[in-house]
Amino acid sequence: MSETTPHAGRPRAKKLPSPAATVSGQAPAWLRRTIIWVIGGVFLVPLLAMLEFTLRQHGGGYGAEHWLALIDPENSRMYRNLLKGIGNSLLLAVITIAIVWVLFLPTIVLVHLQFPRLSRLFELLTVLPIAVPAIVLVVGLAPLYSVIVQLFGGDIWTLALAYGILVLPFAYRAIVSELQGMNALTLAEAARSLGASWLTVLVRIIVPGLRRGLTSATLITAAVVLGEFTVSSLLNRVTLQVALVEVSKSDPYAAVITSLLSLVTVFVLLFVFTSIRPKGSRSSRKKKKEVGSNG
Amino acid sequence: MMKWLGLTPFAVYVLLFLGVPAVLAIGTGFFGPDGSFTFDNLATLVDPVVLGSFWASIWVSALTAIVGAVLGALLSFALAGAKPGGLLRRAIDSAASVLAQFGGVMLAFAFIATIGIQGIITVLLRDSFGIDIFENGVWLYQLPGLILPYLYFQVPLMVIVFLPAMEGLRREWAEASATLGGGTFTYWGRIAGPILAPSFLGSLLLLFANAFSSYATAAALISQGSQIVPLQIRAALIAETGASRANTAGALALGMLIVMLMVMLGYSALQRRAARWQR
Repeated sequence: MSETTPHAGRPRAKKLPSPAATVSGQAPAWLRRTIIWVIGGVFLVPLLAMLEFTLRQHGGGYGAEHWLALIDPENSRMYRNLLKGIGNSLLLAVITIAIVWVLFLPTIVLVHLQFPRLSRLFELLTVLPIAVPAIVLVVGLAPLYSVIVQLFGGDIWTLALAYGILVLPFAYRAIVSELQGMNALTLAEAARSLGASWLTVLVRIIVPGLRRGLTSATLITAAVVLGEFTVSSLLNRVTLQVALVEVSKSDPYAAVITSLLSLVTVFVLLFVFTSIRPKGSRSSRKKKKEVGSNG
Repeated sequence: MMKWLGLTPFAVYVLLFLGVPAVLAIGTGFFGPDGSFTFDNLATLVDPVVLGSFWASIWVSALTAIVGAVLGALLSFALAGAKPGGLLRRAIDSAASVLAQFGGVMLAFAFIATIGIQGIITVLLRDSFGIDIFENGVWLYQLPGLILPYLYFQVPLMVIVFLPAMEGLRREWAEASATLGGGTFTYWGRIAGPILAPSFLGSLLLLFANAFSSYATAAALISQGSQIVPLQIRAALIAETGASRANTAGALALGMLIVMLMVMLGYSALQRRAARWQR
């Protein structure tokens, strides 16, 4: 609370020195604020450096030269690959989100409601994509995809099938922690006893209750997919990150501008969507604790 | 029996896109270019260059995990009092997510713009203070250059995984300690410290695993040579010579998996201990 109003905390900390700090188990406000500002400040430096870099003019001084060059239709040929990468990545994000909604969500709910005994095993399974790094997985994906290309062609969408695995740990955590907090079993049984079908339970009871978990699962999926480089670059697919590395070799300014814009856009998206919360702050507090073991 | 059918699509999918690739990745390490079973490729793992890259991967991961964990824990400590839905918390949560889960390649560019040859900090130090940070060569595109960009995603990841543990500290424990005459040091040294220790060590291992398996930042930064294991795998995968190199990639993948397995086992053991206090 005191962080948002810089002057509010300071006098209070003076009036009540260490005893207050000991009782609440928290550091005095000035110390907390100093840590946040120092580390936060250092973390802003690279982002500001990116901005400064993109504003450098060819003949010295600062200006929007490189930003304008990026939207200049004359250069559109040069940035064609970058545009293609952005398009591909957005498409992959949409398909991967669909995999999360259509395949992961029903399975997670099903395991939670019908197979509670499997939930430990299931959880272990969802951690595997972290234990098996993408760079290891891609060694095995390469031969797999040479088969997939023969069957379905080399279209970009096929990559989403591999991306689903990469986002599984994050999507699972986001969904399951909300599921545990909403008393899904009782709700589902009540609905079933009133004659609702399994699909009705899922769509009309579970999904509305999971709104926040699904929002964060969707956002994290989009972020991971749009930032993905390992698999796409080693399977020779053009995605946003692959195109960025490519364009950075000839035009570092375009690469840095696009990177900065992407970082800021994803930050704003996450910030805006996490702020839309249902009123009951009780449930949101409870949830916060479990979402943590994310990674 | 019908209800088991519901699990089939997911099971098939995971089998195809996680099980099969994982088995293929390890499996290729045991086959020769002619398709016969062999242990020959495993010799790659004791090749001095490969051993060197494992060692480099391990120390870069360990260093950035330790520094990242300490800084991240400090930040979590400072944030623990902030209101969960507050502006500051939301901003930091979102920023941490962006840097830890989205950054990758773009973080490499951020550091090229900061401490690259023409980076603002490089130029500032050189022109205003006469300090040439690249006096002994441009280390940004070498192994040491990975440290700062890695920290740039390690600290945020630490905040994501450690903040909940920090927030799990109950006010009552501090009050109980204070009632019994315990001071700040008693509280942190004998109550909060031991409670947080398993979470902290678990997060540390997770950070290690995160850096160890990270590829994008290094690939964007280092185009010459293969100083760390993921770059060795890149070299083996994109090499022109074909099958035998794919088998080398398989052996390297196996080596990485062994390290990851040990780290994740340690992590889950610590996580179980930590869970006791998070109910």
